[in-house]
Amino acid sequence: MIQRSLTLFGGLFCLILLMGWVMGMPFTSSRLVEAAAYALIALGLNIQWGYGGLFNFGIMGFLMVGGAAVTFISYPVNPVFWGSEGPMMLGKALLAFAAGALLVYAARKSDRIGITGKWKMALTVLAWFVAYVFYRSQLDPAAAYIESAAGGGWIGGLGGHPVLGWLFGGVLAAGIAYVVGKICLGLRTDYLAIATIGISEIIRALIKNMDWLTRGTLTVSPIPWPTPLPQEFQAGGMNIANSLLGARASYLLLALVVLGVVLWLISRAYAGPWGRMMRSIRDNHVAASSMGKNVTARQLEIFVFGSVLMGIGGAMLVSFVQIFDPSSYQPINHTFLIWVMVIVGGAGNNWGALFGAVLMWLIWVVSEPLSKTVFEFVSSWSTQFGWGAIPEIEARSAQMRVFVLGLVITIALRFAPKGLIPEVVKRET
Amino acid sequence: MTELIFFTNQVIISGLVLGCIYALGAIGITLIFGILRFAHFAHSELMTGGAFIAFLLASAFAAWGIVTPIPTGFVVLPIAMVLAAIMALGIDKGFYAPLRKRGAKPVTLLIASIGVTLMIQGLIRLFFGAGSYSFFEHEPKEVFRFDMAGIGSTRPLVITEPQVLMILVTLVSVLALHFFLTRSRLGKAMRAMADNADLAQVSGINTALVVRVTWIIAGALGCMAGTMLALDVTLKPDLAFNIILPIFAAAIVGGLGQAYGAIAGGMLIGFAETLAVFNWTMLLRPLNAILPDWMQLPPTLALVPTEYKLTVAFVILVVTLLVRPTGIFKGASS
Repeated sequence: MIQRSLTLFGGLFCLILLMGWVMGMPFTSSRLVEAAAYALIALGLNIQWGYGGLFNFGIMGFLMVGGAAVTFISYPVNPVFWGSEGPMMLGKALLAFAAGALLVYAARKSDRIGITGKWKMALTVLAWFVAYVFYRSQLDPAAAYIESAAGGGWIGGLGGHPVLGWLFGGVLAAGIAYVVGKICLGLRTDYLAIATIGISEIIRALIKNMDWLTRGTLTVSPIPWPTPLPQEFQAGGMNIANSLLGARASYLLLALVVLGVVLWLISRAYAGPWGRMMRSIRDNHVAASSMGKNVTARQLEIFVFGSVLMGIGGAMLVSFVQIFDPSSYQPINHTFLIWVMVIVGGAGNNWGALFGAVLMWLIWVVSEPLSKTVFEFVSSWSTQFGWGAIPEIEARSAQMRVFVLGLVITIALRFAPKGLIPEVVKRET
Repeated sequence: MTELIFFTNQVIISGLVLGCIYALGAIGITLIFGILRFAHFAHSELMTGGAFIAFLLASAFAAWGIVTPIPTGFVVLPIAMVLAAIMALGIDKGFYAPLRKRGAKPVTLLIASIGVTLMIQGLIRLFFGAGSYSFFEHEPKEVFRFDMAGIGSTRPLVITEPQVLMILVTLVSVLALHFFLTRSRLGKAMRAMADNADLAQVSGINTALVVRVTWIIAGALGCMAGTMLALDVTLKPDLAFNIILPIFAAAIVGGLGQAYGAIAGGMLIGFAETLAVFNWTMLLRPLNAILPDWMQLPPTLALVPTEYKLTVAFVILVVTLLVRPTGIFKGASS
């Protein structure tokens, strides 16, 4: 097993070297930074699916939350907004939200004063409606004001350190995961999958359209880096190629430190009693609950832990590319890709998830130029035979990534359903 | 009356059209879930693939110079449905049957269906690019305008020819499905297998045949839904991928495994989406004459802004899962 992992990781290392040689070091170095962030996200999914057997298909939503969080914390302060009526109006909207929540809570507890059955349900629905209308009546004018020139366009950031933003991304993702988990975790696996996809789509719609908070489709850039930018290296008298490499290497180092700490923590958790309990819940939750384990609470716990990693990973990605563009988030790129990483690598095995993440990310980025080369070759060949060239090679090769992703996952499920580095189940004999 | 006609145009007709498409898609999903017990995500690609097959056939008809009285898309629909059914059978044979034979869990099949989604999506984009196509490049899209001046409306009642045909075709196929499920031997076998697969097998039902018939129906209805959606709007590679979740919502709201539930759920989601984004001021404007000044209606009075239209389906989905996970018609429980 160890030998197999070492061979695979050695092969991966050779692949990276080959990529650096063929496609150039600047390209490869930024892909590696992204791969580190994706590895963190894949570890998050590995906790949820590999340790706990939870079917989270809402990864995109958590990545977006992380990205929005780091934008909010690290982007420079917008003085126009803070000097305007905006904060006051937002405060009112927040109060309206709290009042609405209180109203709904009161309606849900109305059985205490003797209102039960259908009346209670009608009252709850009415309370939801009133709370919603009240909140909208406060928020809509506030949003319209902030989006106008007088309100500063959007609320801007807080100007904090990006690493604080990553942490905030994790915290925010944890909060949302708690709510989502409370709602969905009682459901059977495929219902959970559909419910989480639905929630991630709701999150996407909100972040995309709340222009006052996230600038929506207008996008936010440039988001600062936690490490010195290439421009700062150049100011120190470095040439462009070296400054790019130096800046990315320092970012990669920071990402690897985060990844290493996370990997160490979750591997310890896996080996400890907590990990054993989680695996027992995954393999047979009825038996686990009869042994006195609180299955729902434990699953909620692991759902939140996994989502924290996804939030941090999503924040790292946004910091790195320096632009937060809500419309660039797609279920294929940000949910299904992560699933393929974990399944190809080996669910339940952290090294497997790590391997799968790096491998799949490299395949994902390489398949476009690779298929372009293949198409150009076929095209020149078919032109020689007089069949004409392939039209629109650029656009077509961009779409090949999706096909390759689908192909890899179907082949993996057919021939290596446990992944390339499968989970090792230790049994005391 | 103008307001009422506006309401009919904006809500009743478009809700009905959307509901028909959701219902036809949801029937396939719910049947596959009932028989094979997994959530089939690649259904969106059966729909898109079917629509592209119909589009190719329609283009071929146009190239051969065949002119039809009704939109060509509807004329080629039966042929496209047969081809889509064969495609569905092929997908099952190539991807799901080997996994089922191995005794894979439903979860594995679900992930496999996502793989199939990605592959077909990639192939469609490879061949057709990312642009959009229209069925009405070679023929006009006829729009019926009924003058409603007789009942005092200044607006006409507007409905397009594809929409009329779409509603009729859906009605006919739903009735046909109903008679198939309740009257024919095979349909009864299908319902028996959906209720209890093991019991159905020991009582001599040919389960392999039932599985094949399920894929044929799902593929054919998916092709129908996809083509009709493409006829109503435009044909693009992510045509059905974007609406697969509302369709799942429809199937779950109706109760997974229940064919009638899927129809009810589809209509419910379709109307909920159009009602939620409808600007109620347009309907209630006459009230402004009676209401005092301080209670005048605002210019827009929609429950949710238009950009959140698809979100309505997810909210209904989540609420259903919370309050009544079995759906309206008591489908498979959680």
